[in-house]
Amino acid sequence: MSRAFITGAQAIVQGAVDSGCDFYAGYPITPATPILLGMVRALPPRGGIAIQAEDEIAAIGFCIGAAMTNRRAMTATSGPGMSLYSENIGFAIMAEVPLVIVDVQRMGPATGGATTPAQGDLQFVRWGTSGGFPVVALAPENAEQCYRLTVKAFELAERLRAPVFLLADKEVVMTAETVDPERLKSAGPVTPRRTAPPEGPYLSYGFDRPEDVPAFSPFGGPHVVRVNTSTHDEGGYLTKDPAKVERLNRHLVAKIEAAAPDVEDVALDLQEGADTLVVSYGVSARSAADAVREARRLGRAVSLAVVHSVWPFPKAAITRALAGVLHLVVAELNFGQLRLEVERVVEAGQRVTGVHRVDGELITPGAILQAILQQA
Amino acid sequence: MKPASGPGVEAPGTYIDERRLPYPFCPGCGHGRILDALNAALVRTRRDPRRVVIVTDIGCVGLSDQYFLTNGLHGLHGRSVTYATGIKLADPDLTVIVLMGDGGCGIGANHLVHAARRNVGIAVLVFNNFNFGMTGGQQSPLTPPGSVTSSTPAGNPEFPMDVCATVAVNGAAFAARTSAFDPALSDLIYEAITTDGFALVDIWELCTAYFVPNNRFSRQALEQALKQTGLPAGAVARRTRTEYTRALRDQAPSPGGAPIRAIEPRYKSALAGPRSIILAGAAGQKVRSAASVLGRAAVMSGLYATQRDDYPVTVMTGHSISEVIVSPQPIGYTGIPAPDVLVVLAREGVPRARRLACGMGPEGRLYVERSLVPQFSAGTKARVHVLSTERLGKRSTGLAAVALIAEQERLVPVEALEEAARDGHRGVEEEMVRAIAARKLLVQ
Repeated sequence: MSRAFITGAQAIVQGAVDSGCDFYAGYPITPATPILLGMVRALPPRGGIAIQAEDEIAAIGFCIGAAMTNRRAMTATSGPGMSLYSENIGFAIMAEVPLVIVDVQRMGPATGGATTPAQGDLQFVRWGTSGGFPVVALAPENAEQCYRLTVKAFELAERLRAPVFLLADKEVVMTAETVDPERLKSAGPVTPRRTAPPEGPYLSYGFDRPEDVPAFSPFGGPHVVRVNTSTHDEGGYLTKDPAKVERLNRHLVAKIEAAAPDVEDVALDLQEGADTLVVSYGVSARSAADAVREARRLGRAVSLAVVHSVWPFPKAAITRALAGVLHLVVAELNFGQLRLEVERVVEAGQRVTGVHRVDGELITPGAILQAILQQA
Repeated sequence: MKPASGPGVEAPGTYIDERRLPYPFCPGCGHGRILDALNAALVRTRRDPRRVVIVTDIGCVGLSDQYFLTNGLHGLHGRSVTYATGIKLADPDLTVIVLMGDGGCGIGANHLVHAARRNVGIAVLVFNNFNFGMTGGQQSPLTPPGSVTSSTPAGNPEFPMDVCATVAVNGAAFAARTSAFDPALSDLIYEAITTDGFALVDIWELCTAYFVPNNRFSRQALEQALKQTGLPAGAVARRTRTEYTRALRDQAPSPGGAPIRAIEPRYKSALAGPRSIILAGAAGQKVRSAASVLGRAAVMSGLYATQRDDYPVTVMTGHSISEVIVSPQPIGYTGIPAPDVLVVLAREGVPRARRLACGMGPEGRLYVERSLVPQFSAGTKARVHVLSTERLGKRSTGLAAVALIAEQERLVPVEALEEAARDGHRGVEEEMVRAIAARKLLVQ
């Protein structure tokens, strides 16, 4: 069986290329720089554009302009750059721009630790722009998942006309590891965004049911197109009409909520009769898997949920995994951001223990194993 | 610049959506005059309105795009030039026009400079009425000194930005300054939107809600100021340079973009369980590339491998540490709290290595450069092997050490290391293979 030895960054670049990504703009920042460097080499020979912008605000701004001119766009950054993306993330939500945003987490706040592993941005991507509107975010724990979830991020961005986050982390993106190259192949081309028929009138933001995604038409295409980041009507014209404003806002929520079942992506490894469930994501999920294997070797019945779709929170899958469970262990490199969401879905009598680490080192399998065994 | 084209497309007599008129601006405001002049310029271009994108910034000017029959994008304050750049990059044949106020020239000054420097083929019209109108008449970076605004009630103490000179000195293909009252305004706008490169027109006008009453300003005062400030008026820069999106398209792509290459395991390792190796050296010892050779050699030998690197923010100085795990089984946790094998090659790696060595048991193997041995004489139970690096070139140290431990610890065959070194190190293959052979010098 052939193998490959690659980093998560290489897998993300390959996933983007295989998704038909043809526009990338970014700004150098550790640990997301390898993605910029990969894209500036990968896209131009394929007819795409990949450039370094003057700052992160311009990087995501270029992507938004290109995406509305029918390009499949991606950008990647880390915490400080995510802070600068914030306002334009709101743009992508409000103006319904298909866009993949990779956040390679490093330790924060502020400049924090450039090469220090952390998972502190889970709630940041969810609430990182004004208004409190929902987003989609996927989290890989290894190079293979970096590839698969990048392709899925493009699928969802195109389908939902919305920003989709790949919530990666320094460890997963910069660590090289063995992969099966057969697993780095997409099932087929990413389904392009639904475009309006060239004939007939076009409404830039027309939808019937709140959850419907407006048909896309590019700048320079068959229609006159209006893109608007201010509260707008179906034609893309500014409005303060309360009925239209409410309809728009409910639509922006409904289209994400309606897609939640398709977004949901959790690797469940359920054990018959398990009284303990370990929940984790990203690099910490690797330690969680080791810990669960060891606990089982010691005779404990333990289930494992590796969360690949962190937003919307995969309530259905986690609820299914909770059946019969008395104790939960949530492992993550922060003070308990996913734990908050898990605590929202547990039932009375189900106890949640967090295994958190914020010293810049990875959570060891031993720390998770200890939490599992102490639950007994 | 292509005229209106395509079957059934007539050049429109106007690009204004007359059903939406009148404009929403204050009586006497210059915005309407500028939009009419823009319309006249667009009529001259005869472009299909679907091939024109008007990008608006924030402020009263941000209301403008919705009065045009062209495409429109209304975006964030100061960022209009970035969206316009993305649109132009994606479809270079589009006519892309940015409408922004003098306020946008402050928050978006950075993007103006860089768009000019790149010579992106967009036209920026600055609706310059010397203050923020929509938010109540505050000072902008283009407010003349001494002017009273709501945020400078005692008079503006700041020197104004010369936006024309700023973009011109940074490479803009066209820059012009005029007023909304100029009969030639439409000609200047036409020149801007047909310029094959970055173009900006700084258009002075009246804010009748705030700037005019606060400063007893008038059309005469404006026209006099335009003459008296010493700022050049009319076209102040014309330059022929390759437009950015074309320069980008004409560039031969670098032959990079290495695809993910499959490795065929054709060697065998006798390893029965996972082994963790940490290489602690200095920048320049090629520690990380040596670790990568070990990782790929392990994969060639049918093993799983992971490689994590640690290095400081400095580049050609300081420590360089690589952590490698090789294992017959898939690897989950990639951390190495206490390595099975620790290799210390330079004093830069000592602080981290000493902490690691303390956690190693008697089964651990510690390979240490001779001069550093005293630093590990206490505090570790690991068995110490002494290395002599003085007979090696610095660049060979990392790989020679990897080859030595691969052999002594029976991690992977040396042949696998040699193949991994040859594969993917174009130009330095022989240097790498020599470094592998030099492992014997380390223990002599």
